[in-house]
Amino acid sequence: MKIVVCIKQVPDTKGGVKFNPDGTLDRAAMLAIMNPDDKAGLEAALRIKDEIGAEVTVLTMGLPKADDVLREALAMGADNAILVTDRVLGGADTWATSTTIAGALRNIDYDLIITGRQAIDGDTAQVGPQIAEHLGIPVISYAEDIKVEGDSVIVKRQYEDRYHILKAQMPCLVTALSELNTPRYMTPGGIFDAYDKEVTVWGRADLKDVDDSDLGLKGSPTKIAKASDKVRKGAGEKVTLDPSESVSYIMDKLKEKHVI
Amino acid sequence: MALEEYKGVFIYAQQVDNEISSIAFELIGKAKELAADLGTDVTAVLLGHNVGNLVDSLAEYGADKVIVVDDPELETYRTEPYAHALASVINEYKPEIMLVGATAIGRDLGPTVSARVKTGLTADCTMLEIGDFPLSVPEGKEDTQKHGQLLMTRPAFGGNTIATIACPDNRPQMATVRPGVMQKIEPIKGAKAEVINYNPGFTKNNKYVEIQDIVKAVGTVENIMDAKILVSGGRGVGSAENFQMLKDLADVLGGMVSCSRAVVENGWLAQDYQVGQTGKTVRPNVYFAIGISGAIQHVAGMEESDIIIAINKDADAPIFDVADYGIVGDLKKIVPALTEALKAELA
Amino acid sequence: MDFGLDKKHEMARTLFKEFAETEVKPLAQEVDETEQFPAETVAKMAKSGFMGIPVPKEYGGQGCDPLTYVMCVEELSKVCATTGVIVSAHTSLCIDPIMTYGTEEQKQKYVKPLATGEKLGAFALTEPGAGTDAQGAQTKAVLDGDEWVLNGSKCFITNGKVADVYIVIAITSVTEDKRGRKKKNFSAFIVEKGAPGFSFGTKEKKMGIRGSSTYELIFEDCRIPKDALLGPEGKGFPIAMHTLDGGRIGIAAQALGIAEGALDRAIAYTKERKQFGRSIAQQQNTQFKLADMATRVEAAQFLVYRAAMAKANQKVYSVEAAKAKLFAAETAMAVTTEVVQLFGGYGYIREYDVERMMRDAKITEIYEGTSEVQRMVISGALLK
Repeated sequence: MKIVVCIKQVPDTKGGVKFNPDGTLDRAAMLAIMNPDDKAGLEAALRIKDEIGAEVTVLTMGLPKADDVLREALAMGADNAILVTDRVLGGADTWATSTTIAGALRNIDYDLIITGRQAIDGDTAQVGPQIAEHLGIPVISYAEDIKVEGDSVIVKRQYEDRYHILKAQMPCLVTALSELNTPRYMTPGGIFDAYDKEVTVWGRADLKDVDDSDLGLKGSPTKIAKASDKVRKGAGEKVTLDPSESVSYIMDKLKEKHVI
Repeated sequence: MALEEYKGVFIYAQQVDNEISSIAFELIGKAKELAADLGTDVTAVLLGHNVGNLVDSLAEYGADKVIVVDDPELETYRTEPYAHALASVINEYKPEIMLVGATAIGRDLGPTVSARVKTGLTADCTMLEIGDFPLSVPEGKEDTQKHGQLLMTRPAFGGNTIATIACPDNRPQMATVRPGVMQKIEPIKGAKAEVINYNPGFTKNNKYVEIQDIVKAVGTVENIMDAKILVSGGRGVGSAENFQMLKDLADVLGGMVSCSRAVVENGWLAQDYQVGQTGKTVRPNVYFAIGISGAIQHVAGMEESDIIIAINKDADAPIFDVADYGIVGDLKKIVPALTEALKAELA
Repeated sequence: MDFGLDKKHEMARTLFKEFAETEVKPLAQEVDETEQFPAETVAKMAKSGFMGIPVPKEYGGQGCDPLTYVMCVEELSKVCATTGVIVSAHTSLCIDPIMTYGTEEQKQKYVKPLATGEKLGAFALTEPGAGTDAQGAQTKAVLDGDEWVLNGSKCFITNGKVADVYIVIAITSVTEDKRGRKKKNFSAFIVEKGAPGFSFGTKEKKMGIRGSSTYELIFEDCRIPKDALLGPEGKGFPIAMHTLDGGRIGIAAQALGIAEGALDRAIAYTKERKQFGRSIAQQQNTQFKLADMATRVEAAQFLVYRAAMAKANQKVYSVEAAKAKLFAAETAMAVTTEVVQLFGGYGYIREYDVERMMRDAKITEIYEGTSEVQRMVISGALLK
């Protein structure tokens, strides 16, 4: 079977976000990593490969430096890697991004597409379901477990207070939660091999059945009106009160902030 | 797309097991404000099977109209029949704004529908208002500015950046909205809404998935990163036994207990509950820092909490530098009293 | 100097660092306290290919260069010197001589499971009466029909008891030179755990690298097959010396890692620790000490990487290895001692890792050839 895992390179926010002295985000100081939900999706694909055999292709859309996460995926055990990169694709929102990725996916055979639920930079959780919609295939979001059974996948789909066990016909798309598994480490030999492999690079011309008007900034229905780095909050109020006054003080604040 | 054909503020009235989710009422509350600014009304879209009895509660919370799609295919949430239903409603009734809750359902339904009706979707909004896009234009270019646009503000980058987004050239303007942020109105008893029954027809296709099992209220492993309210203790709590006070407070608020590194080192709590550089990074709505001095390593793991309330007997403790509300005092007296006060309030 | 560091090495370092931080660092304190061999960590390292980094793929290894291996030991040792030496002894002292001197059958039989980490390796040269002076050794091997019979004991053996495969150096003959002085001739053997007559004596209680399993090996009429001989009979001493040349690069990497780990902690701590109203990093005494340490650590790194490159490209690299080990080990000792001093009282208590690092550093000046031996090797080459 053929599995495609869509991955994204994101700045690492795990080890604490770094700030410039003026309180803005210091993006340069943060490492670029493979998005955690995507990595869990890749691990899920590699486990299917280990168990029943599969050809695993990783695909990313991004700047040329996103090559790094593709190499990492290869070093973990992916078989092929595709980088979709083109200046005309820049500034894409989730609609244009999913249109682009769907355009790339139309070039290749797949039984199962796995994406992360959401990326830690945007937190939108939209690209996976939107790719499925563009491709006209079923989507199961928020997967806690993925199993292949014949020509179907059985997925444990998480909700706030329950889970559903869902069965979908392949080809289909599943979005993975990082709770799905603990991704394996790369191996040193895998790293050496990854750099000996070719990464397929696709540009605008390689996207199938996609209009120019649906790509990049121009093709994005949503437009940013304003963006700002949240300035770190400084000290708030500090009070010294006796215990009962302290309690009323906290109760007032909790009410004011609609916590209770 | 003739944008002016699109009118009215719609919300997706999420129901699960024939019970309206709280987010639906929150959305109506916000939608009423937006509709007032636009001079239009609020329509709730209710999808499900045998859900007619839910219409009145939507009216009581402020919906002017309710569009009901009632069909056996909508018995339990599945992406395809729900997306088909909502997309059909949008195509049929052409709302200018479509709000969906950023729930595990809404974050699946929203993107699928937005792709199907070819419009933008802004995820996890925390603020919605009507305004101009672009926000400002140079003199003489006033005609390029669009008015009456939905401006959707959302945090990104794990809450470290905020962006305000518009969808000026496509309709509807769609947003998913974070639960617990918008205010519902006081219900108006006996209020009625205009009810429109609509059924686009459902035909099974490859996108229908089969539900093999539904398991409710699963006891997933507690994860402090998922908690909306954290009651976190430090060395100042004094002992493992004293953590019961914090646990009681957390229970009243439906939150969880977490802690600083010192607590783990003392063996009072397991490492799973540790917040900070060597523990977990948390971002709850409310973070109580109780008896925590606020070493930088700890602060790194919790400073992005929406509201930080610190209680410490040391007025110079660095935790007060990051707290929104700092109380200098004896936690052993304040915490139990606060728990009692909350019990009384929430009873 | 160009070490040929490219994107592969950068990514490999990222891997080793992430593994060390996630899997090794959280256990380092406990491993030291309890003196327990970190078997679970070793199993995880095996799964990730860390137990056969410089071994060709056809023998179950990762097919990487010695530099990548050195970087692995370095990164592991930054957070836990015990874990560093487990990999080093296994790779440099056990796999390497079999790869270099073994027959194809021996490579197939032993290197494959060792390189995949299914089995663990060790090396046994030192004896109670023979450390730096190998001629003091007593362990003998006598051929009896189709079997070698070993008698004697080896001490201070890293990975002792936990290892499955041991390279054992034993006397196979004694000859007299022209002046009538007796000379012991050594041979190298591959001995498997479980061989009849092979047992383990005392477990050593050590100052540092306390999670490393250091045992005495005892051979009492231990019978091993004839084909357990590694390399030609009588060539055991040069095999041991050549093996140690490689081992020294591993230990140099361990020492380098310890020094780097201590320096990292010193930088973090001195920025945070306030005395007299300002951080101690703002005081010039601290700044100069940090500068000196950083310079020295980088010099050590150059020598260690240079030695790794020499191993990749040269037949003989004794001097490069000796210089790297000498300088890295003395750097580790000097830097950890200085860092403990910078930490003051907190440096002396176990809550902070630097106390452990200082204890761990000391062994790097001692094992696989003391600093004095390294000076002998270096000066010997100069005065040849």
